[in-house]
Amino acid sequence: MTLSSIRTGSSRQSRAKRRNRPPGSGAGPLMAAPGLILLTAFLAIPFIGAVVMSFFRIQLGNPRPPRFVGLEQYARLLFDPDISSTFLRSLANNFAFAIVVVPLQTALALGLAILINRKLRGMTVFRTLFFMPLVFPLALVAVIWRLIFARDENGLLNGFLDAISGGAIGPHDWLGDPATALGAIIVMSIWQSVSFQMIILLGALQSVPPELYEAASIDRAGRWSQFIHVTVPGVRNTLIFVTLLTTIFAFRLFDQVYLLDKSASINIEATQTVMFQVITTGYDQNNIGQGSAMAVVFLIIVALIALIQRRLIRQEGGVE
Amino acid sequence: MSIVRSRSGGIATRVVEYALLVLFAVIFFAPIYYLVVGSFRPGDQVLSGIQGFFPSELTWDNYLDVIRRFSNSTTGYLWQFIMVSVVVTAIVVIGGLLVNSLAGYALARMRWRGRSFVLVAVTVLTIIPFEAVALPLYFMLNGSRNTVFVQALPFIASAFSIFLFYTFFLGIPNEIEEAARLDGAGPFRTFFSIVVPMSRPAFATVAILTFLAQWGSYLWPVLMVTDTSVRPLPLELSVFQAAQPPEWGSVLAFGVIFITPVVVVFLIFQRWFVASIASSAIKG
Repeated sequence: MTLSSIRTGSSRQSRAKRRNRPPGSGAGPLMAAPGLILLTAFLAIPFIGAVVMSFFRIQLGNPRPPRFVGLEQYARLLFDPDISSTFLRSLANNFAFAIVVVPLQTALALGLAILINRKLRGMTVFRTLFFMPLVFPLALVAVIWRLIFARDENGLLNGFLDAISGGAIGPHDWLGDPATALGAIIVMSIWQSVSFQMIILLGALQSVPPELYEAASIDRAGRWSQFIHVTVPGVRNTLIFVTLLTTIFAFRLFDQVYLLDKSASINIEATQTVMFQVITTGYDQNNIGQGSAMAVVFLIIVALIALIQRRLIRQEGGVE
Repeated sequence: MSIVRSRSGGIATRVVEYALLVLFAVIFFAPIYYLVVGSFRPGDQVLSGIQGFFPSELTWDNYLDVIRRFSNSTTGYLWQFIMVSVVVTAIVVIGGLLVNSLAGYALARMRWRGRSFVLVAVTVLTIIPFEAVALPLYFMLNGSRNTVFVQALPFIASAFSIFLFYTFFLGIPNEIEEAARLDGAGPFRTFFSIVVPMSRPAFATVAILTFLAQWGSYLWPVLMVTDTSVRPLPLELSVFQAAQPPEWGSVLAFGVIFITPVVVVFLIFQRWFVASIASSAIKG
């Protein structure tokens, strides 16, 4: 979103420049100051702090001063068997999560957006129900789904499977079994956040000019062909944006895993993520330098995704 | 659209569409229903397989238990958790609207030295997620743990919100502000009495997104709060549910108390909520 805004922004800005404007007074910096000071203090400086701290061995409350260790923390991420195996495992989990969630959630969101864009009786009620999970904070989502996935026959999902199969399907430990733990997190995440993508895509669908559909239907295009030739190109930019946003969120995955690890003894091997590693290493194990090195790697990944976003949207702009 | 509808609006299509709508409505709503019904079931019956879904006996006991349980200084007080969440969220939302809209306005509509540098800097900062700076911030602010302000302060300014305001303000026709200026209004006066009332959609979008993120904020309180007296709701909920043995009825009642204000606000402003998120995303 932000990067495409720059593009539209700069074209509007140049239009504004051509107009005659009185020279600005000192009010500009004054107006911008509070926001900029806070951003510097709580984002820019800590960011530099993360990079600096990643070169040190730091423990909070340790009387010994931080010790400069150069690139050692980064080297350990790759070569220290204790740390690197967990770290690479986390990275792999992040990628596995993204590879499943990004296409699945985007496709689902597009399908749902098309469905709720239809003008049918009672649609307001359906829309309300579809949007509702979005307002549920993850801390609460984790509580609800922990009960749904509860391991014995008392879990809702196990009870449901038992009922529809007449007892043929036995209870399964969804969160504890490494084969299903990440899948359970995926289901939970999609349930909570697919509506957000759906809303954004709904807005995009409604901005596709209706004349295009009329022209297509005069050309006797079927529904599928209308979808491929009108709908998809019409929402292309938004689809790219939604896909990349979901990818960035996939790498931020933390709350659900941390919550379920602390309370529901989820299989942590199968579900730990880079952010989980950052916090457990830096905070729980009080190894701030090592945690910072992981945070920097995390940031590089997020920045790469953002760069790809810029590239893709610019390409699209060139076509226009 | 009308032609498309008349072409494909056969009864069979309608039936399929309604079937899909109902199916997804059930999927989206079932967990919420499970939460609410569970909060009214006797505590030992919450986890009882499929029975947990069909209530045979309902009771207010869980709510009474939550009120009773959180009414002494060891466990913390229920009203305290709610107040902390409300105050922190209010500071972040109101402070954020003020600070970020002013910065967005200064970037979009005023000329000043260093403006283009700041614009690039803000753009770069939108890429940095809070998660990446959580550890250094925790290290820096360790001395002021367990306060309400330390929970709110880092989230007031947001590069992303500044950007949303910036793009929105660029689209406002210049003539209106010029007229105000000719009438002798200063920049602040012009902003507050002309620009702000014209920009309700942008303010609504930022307010909604900030509110949802802040009300559910979990990571920062995990690092910063150990004291029950300044615990926000999400953190207390996670502490409560991790207790052994878990008392599910009461945990769910706590969850319902946690989410009810949000759902009420959502139901009242539903149309607005959806329209503003959709339109701001399109603008971007």
